[in-house]
Formats: sequence, C-alpha cells, structure tokens
Amino acid sequence: MPVITYRQALRDTLRAEMHRDENVFLMGEEIGVFEGSYKITEGLLKEFGERRVRDTPIAEEGFVGAAVGAAMLGLRPVVEIMTINFSLLALDQIVNHAAKIYGMFGGQNSVPMVIRTPGGGGQQLGATHSQNVELYYAFVPGLKVVAPSTPADAAALLRAAIRDDDPVLFLENLGLYNTKGEVPDEEVVGEIGRAAVVREGTDITLVGYSRMAMIATQVADRLAEEGISVEVVDLRSLRPLDRETIVNSVKKTGCAVVAEDDWLTYGIGAEIAASIQEGAFDYLDAPVRRVAMAEVPLPYAKPLENAALPSAESVTTVIYETLRAVGRRVG
Amino acid sequence: MADTAKPKATGKTGSRRRAARNNADSHFNGEKPEVLLDYYRQMLLIRRFEERAAQAYTQARIGGYCHLNLGEEATIVGLMEALQERDYLFTNYREHGYAIAKGTHPREVMAELYGRSTGVSKGWGGSMHLFDARTRLLGGYGIVGGQLPLAVGAALAITYRGSDEVVMCQMGDGTTNIGAFHESLNIASLWNLPVIFVVINNFTGMGTPVERSSAEPELYKRGSAYRIEGVRVDGRDVLAVRDTATTLVERARSEHRPFLLEAFSYRMKGHSVVDPAKYRTKEEAEEALANDPIAMFEERLTEAGILTDEIKKEIAESVKAEVADAADFAENSPHPEVSTLFDYTYATPVANESRRMPADPVFAE
Repeated sequence: MPVITYRQALRDTLRAEMHRDENVFLMGEEIGVFEGSYKITEGLLKEFGERRVRDTPIAEEGFVGAAVGAAMLGLRPVVEIMTINFSLLALDQIVNHAAKIYGMFGGQNSVPMVIRTPGGGGQQLGATHSQNVELYYAFVPGLKVVAPSTPADAAALLRAAIRDDDPVLFLENLGLYNTKGEVPDEEVVGEIGRAAVVREGTDITLVGYSRMAMIATQVADRLAEEGISVEVVDLRSLRPLDRETIVNSVKKTGCAVVAEDDWLTYGIGAEIAASIQEGAFDYLDAPVRRVAMAEVPLPYAKPLENAALPSAESVTTVIYETLRAVGRRVG
Repeated sequence: MADTAKPKATGKTGSRRRAARNNADSHFNGEKPEVLLDYYRQMLLIRRFEERAAQAYTQARIGGYCHLNLGEEATIVGLMEALQERDYLFTNYREHGYAIAKGTHPREVMAELYGRSTGVSKGWGGSMHLFDARTRLLGGYGIVGGQLPLAVGAALAITYRGSDEVVMCQMGDGTTNIGAFHESLNIASLWNLPVIFVVINNFTGMGTPVERSSAEPELYKRGSAYRIEGVRVDGRDVLAVRDTATTLVERARSEHRPFLLEAFSYRMKGHSVVDPAKYRTKEEAEEALANDPIAMFEERLTEAGILTDEIKKEIAESVKAEVADAADFAENSPHPEVSTLFDYTYATPVANESRRMPADPVFAE
C-alpha cells in the first residue's frame, strides 16, 4: 500500500470523486487560484476549471448557505471553510438550515453536502484561530460529523461523506495534514457512525478522535514497551456516536480515559464519560478521566500554548493515575 | 429602471391610495376580463384563507406563530403570475398565500397549519415552514434572512447545469439589514445568478418603522453597492406587480443576473395573529385599511364593468366554500403518528443514530 500524507489522501479523494460524479464541485475561500490555505485543493482548479473549483468571497454565511441551496437542487458541493473558527460565521446556515431542511419539510428535500474544515491549536495562531468547536455541530441532529485521524480514514470517510445524502461536517486538523500513513489503492467507502478499535488492549480503554486519536495510538505504542496494554478507540464519527464500541471496550478493560482537543466542560469527553457510566457502570473500577484543553482562550506565547494543550505526556500521566486507582503499579 | 411609485414615510389617510389610483388604468387596456377575475378570485381566496387561519388560531386549532398575508394579496398574485411553473420560490415565514398562489392546494396548506400529516410539509413545518417540491416552493423559512443564501445556491445550481429556471426570493423590509442579505446580493451579482430578490415593504418590521432600522429606507436602492438594479412597485396593484416582476424575471432568465424588486403594501393587521398592533396610531390603522388592495381592485373592476354584483357574489361564495373545505379537510386529517418521529432525521440511514425517547435509557436492552 502506498504511504501518503493526510493532505494527499484528501486531495486524491476529492479528485477521484469529482471525476466520478459531475455533480460534485468545490467551493471555498482561496481554494482555486491560491490552491487552498493548507493546499488541500492544489492543482484542482487547473484540472477541473472554475465551474467546479469555485473561489468564494469572504462570506461564510453566504457561501455555505449557497452550498446548501445548490445541494437542495441535487448538486453535491464540498465546501472548504478555512478553519473551523470561521464556521461560526455560518452557524445559522449550518445549524438552522442544512441540518433542518430534510426534517422540517417532511423529508421532501435532502441536503447532500460536505463541509471540510480543520480545527486545532498548537500553531501559535492565538485565541480566535485555535479552537476545537466541533461539539457545536456534533450536538445537532440532522448533521453528521466525522473526524478521521489517519490518511486512510480521511480518504474513506471523505468518500462516504460526499456520497451521503445528508450534510456532513468533515473535521480535519492542522496537526494532521502532514502525517503519513498507508492508504489502500482500492476505493474504500468508510462507514459514518462507527468507531474503531485501532489498538487492542486489556488494561485500559483510551478514547480519542482526530489529532488526539493519533496521539492515543502513539501513547499506546509507547506504554506497550512498559507492559501496559492500552486499547485505543478512535471515534471517527462524532454524530452519530458509536457508544457501543466504547462501552464494549470498557467492559473488557474496566477503566477509561478520554483524550480530546476541545475544552473539558460540556465537551465531547463529557458525553463519552456519561455514556460509559450508563453502559458499563458495573464494570468500572475507576472514575472515567478526561484529558482536555485548559479552559482559557488559547494564548499566543509558546510556553503558554504548550501548557494549555493536551499532549502525549498529559495523556500518559492520566493513564498512569487511572491505573494506579485500580491498583496497578505503574509509571 | 425608474421607480413606478414613491411612497412617503408618513401621510394622511387615503393620500397614497389616491395617488395610486391616479396612476392606474381603470380601463384595463388589453387585459382579458377572465384573467382579471381570476386574479381577483386568487386575491380573495388568500384573504379569506388568512382570515380563516386567524380564526382557527384563536380557537387553538393552529399552534406556534401565525403570520398572515393580509394586505399583500395583490403583490403575491402578481409575483406568482410572473413566474413560470419551473421557476423556484424561496420565502420567509409569511408565506401561506405564496404557497397557494404557486399551486399548492389550500387544503394542504391549512392541514399544515393544523399540524396534520396531510399538510404540505407533513405536519413537520407548520405555518412558517411550508414546502412543496411539486410546485417548487423550496421553503418558507423562519429565520430572517436565512432563505437568501439558499436562493443564491439554487440559482448557482441552475447556472451550473446550464438550465434556464429563475429563482425568486421573497423577504420582508427588515431583512435588508441582516448580513445574509448583503453576502447573498454580493455573491448573486458577482456570479451572475438569476435571482429576483423581492422585498415586501409594509413599512414596519414587527413594530419598528423602516426609517428607524434602515439607514437607506428607499429599499430598492439597497442593491446598488452590488450593482444590482432595483425597482419599486406599488404592491397594492396586481397588474403593476405582475408586469414589473415579469420584466425582471425574464431579464434574469436571459441576462443571467439578479434584480431587486421592492413592493410596498399595507399590513392590514399586526405582525402576527397575536399582535394587536398597539404601537400604531388610529390614523395609521385607518390608513392601512384605506389601502386594502382587494377593495381597490374591486372598485376598479366594478368601474370597468367587469365585476358585476352577480359575479362578485358567485366568486365570494366559491371562495368561501373552498376555504371551508380546506378547514374541514385539515380538521378531519390525522395527526402524524408518533412512530414516524425518527423518519426524517437523515436521508441516508446511518449506524448508531439515536432513536431514544426522552425517558429511554441510552443503551436499550
């Protein structure tokens, strides 16, 4: 299998889907001539032309809403929002329109569109450019939210999202674009709504998504050297949420840690912890712990930014603490 | 294009009405009497339908909000006459009359207001969210300005496919101040999209006069920053609306660009059924009633010898019967089954979709 970057996996998939289906087209700020802020759409304007790779004005509400309207007429727009922070300007169109149109009108009109957007801090971009607000969208019935962590998953889930008849928010992460992994040559269509056990283990369940799922596998690999067997669940999909896979893992290990890049209070991890206590109460040997961003507007200065963000070290610390709580001698 | 009428911000009772009548051609040159009577009938149908809806609302047969088209009947009929069947329509939440004039059966509109499964949105939308894929009414929308980006996108899809439909996007006067209005007009003009943005100016956003919310209260000029030609039309005059809108619709179709049409008319009652409009002076309320488009059209048709007492009575009775039939149909239609609660969350079935009821555990046995 070829080893390519997450970025390349996205670009290859967009390109293949555009060749496959004439109704698929791209919209977003600076995706054409500039080839994308993060170069995901590099070369696509040259290959497909302006009709199918459409540069938009800086008007998130306007162009995201236009994508919703185009989808209502049967096109399959794939919108790039430069970062998830800017998606807040389109919140009304995403939450009040894209997510509602199918249900509110009694199933008469679906909205087959994809919103691709990266979250993520750690690039010294300051408070307004470093947020992880995927929860806002994962909260809303009618939307589907996926958050792949590997190049193979990125390709498979983007393919699934484009072919799906519902609005899908496709979460990327600035820290993942340059990561590499094997991507199969054959066309794999991922399944929205399913998590995956990406490392099997017996001592503790570690749940993550997007960048933190990548960190989770790194932590699991390192702890294996210490004889600690970590089972890693990569959520892949935030809505629907695959609670069953999480709970089945916890029933096996008896304890769990959630690693998330968003803020802890009311965050994705809160929902997972609540699900675990309801679905695996009798199996739990320790409280479910969460590793999440410090609850501050993320500062610019590097030492402050580093301190605020979850990392392999902070995840490792919390795993040790949880294992000690169940009586293991670790660390 | 010059504006066809110039309403003033304030005026004495009846002054605007007289001005309009002076401009009007009471002889209806070249108009077929049966067409004029059809417009009259459509206008009266919307009027009686809305009055019946208000009654049903006060009887608690209709829930939620209920915004009526009373006073806008001439505008609605004129606008819908300008559209081809294949053209698309997006509206705001004051859209019962639009749905009917675009071709949805009054039964299905009333049943939607009653929240019944036979409603045009199957009881999922209510008054503010009528949608009819068959007639290409692509939604009434409850969020001010929400329909504009959607209409632009629909026009983008038309252009993408190289077909020749036109999109009409209706809104109220207050909408011209929201960001989505400006982003949408900019994009529509930039991309040469066939959209007619129609501002229904009844001089009041809920209770706030246009002059107190819009720095440029001449609303047809609000597209000028985007090089969108704007026209104002007397929304009380069904023929003026029809002719002006037809010109713009056909120009959008052939020239591939957007237009802005402002149609002014008077709100006969409050913002919604429950609004007694106490913020209006007695004079303002009287002025609105003196500008009733149906009474004005009736007068012209009578003067021209087209509307006789006999025809008037006949139309009144048939409209009354049609509205009564719609209300009966709604009343006798079933509510949606609770078992259908999860039918419309997703168009593509998806793993692990939650179907729990409020008291259900997260993990069903």
